[in-house]
Amino acid sequence: MDWMEIVSALALVMFIIILLPATRDMMRNSSKGSSEDWMGFVIPIVVVVLFVMLLVKLV
Amino acid sequence: MNQNYSTVAQRSSSAIATNKVLRSTYMLLSLTLLFSGLTAALSMFMNMPPMTYMISVIGGMVIAMFVLPRFANSSAGIGIVFLITGMLGFGLGPILSMYASLPNGGNIITLSLGGTGAIFMGLSAYALATRKDFSFLGGFLMVGFLLVLLAALANIFLQIPAMSLMISAVVIMIMSGFILYDTSRIIHGGETNYVLATIGLYMTIFNIFISLLQILGIMGNDD
Repeated sequence: MDWMEIVSALALVMFIIILLPATRDMMRNSSKGSSEDWMGFVIPIVVVVLFVMLLVKLV
Repeated sequence: MNQNYSTVAQRSSSAIATNKVLRSTYMLLSLTLLFSGLTAALSMFMNMPPMTYMISVIGGMVIAMFVLPRFANSSAGIGIVFLITGMLGFGLGPILSMYASLPNGGNIITLSLGGTGAIFMGLSAYALATRKDFSFLGGFLMVGFLLVLLAALANIFLQIPAMSLMISAVVIMIMSGFILYDTSRIIHGGETNYVLATIGLYMTIFNIFISLLQILGIMGNDD
């Protein structure tokens, strides 16, 4: 394991520790989406996945 | 009657304010992307070593998390945004040089760049046209992002190529969600600071581009 991997691992641990309280707050304060709201999110994400698959075919 | 006029006036002034934030965000985002491109080209020209990427990303994230929020309401905030995006662009240089040296490298970089642009513009247009409120996604996206960071941490020790491919794919999906979430926050008045809105959107574009490079780099060179 070289020093770059050690520094990357330490940086990731630091970011996780910093983001943890914000994540907890957002989970508590986020409004609940209806099934229609979730569909409005899932459909464009599926389109993005299909688009990435198309790019993989093109490369 | 007067109350109706007052409600209409309030709504129209709120819509004007939202449009102003949106316009300023996209203007600053375009300029920072251009500046990143210039610093990336400079870094490629200077033949910077691979560790430049790690140092730039860590430095950029630390400034974005701890320094930018203190100056976000002043004109210094704009300078800090250019500092962060310039650093991240400079860090991209060695990565782009590495991909450019691959047999199919030019094609991989062009497709990643075009793909990132298409994903960002498509999702932004979707959020702007439908005007849906994606505020319910906040907790879900943050948990997903934390899980990705944990998986990336584990993969530093495990070194599984399939896992890094999976992490890149999930990052694209989560960042796509963040584009919808951030754009919806601007539209609905949840984000009124265009400096913070710009850095949020810039980070999503940066992460999608890096992940696409990785996916296309792995998939395009397995034959």
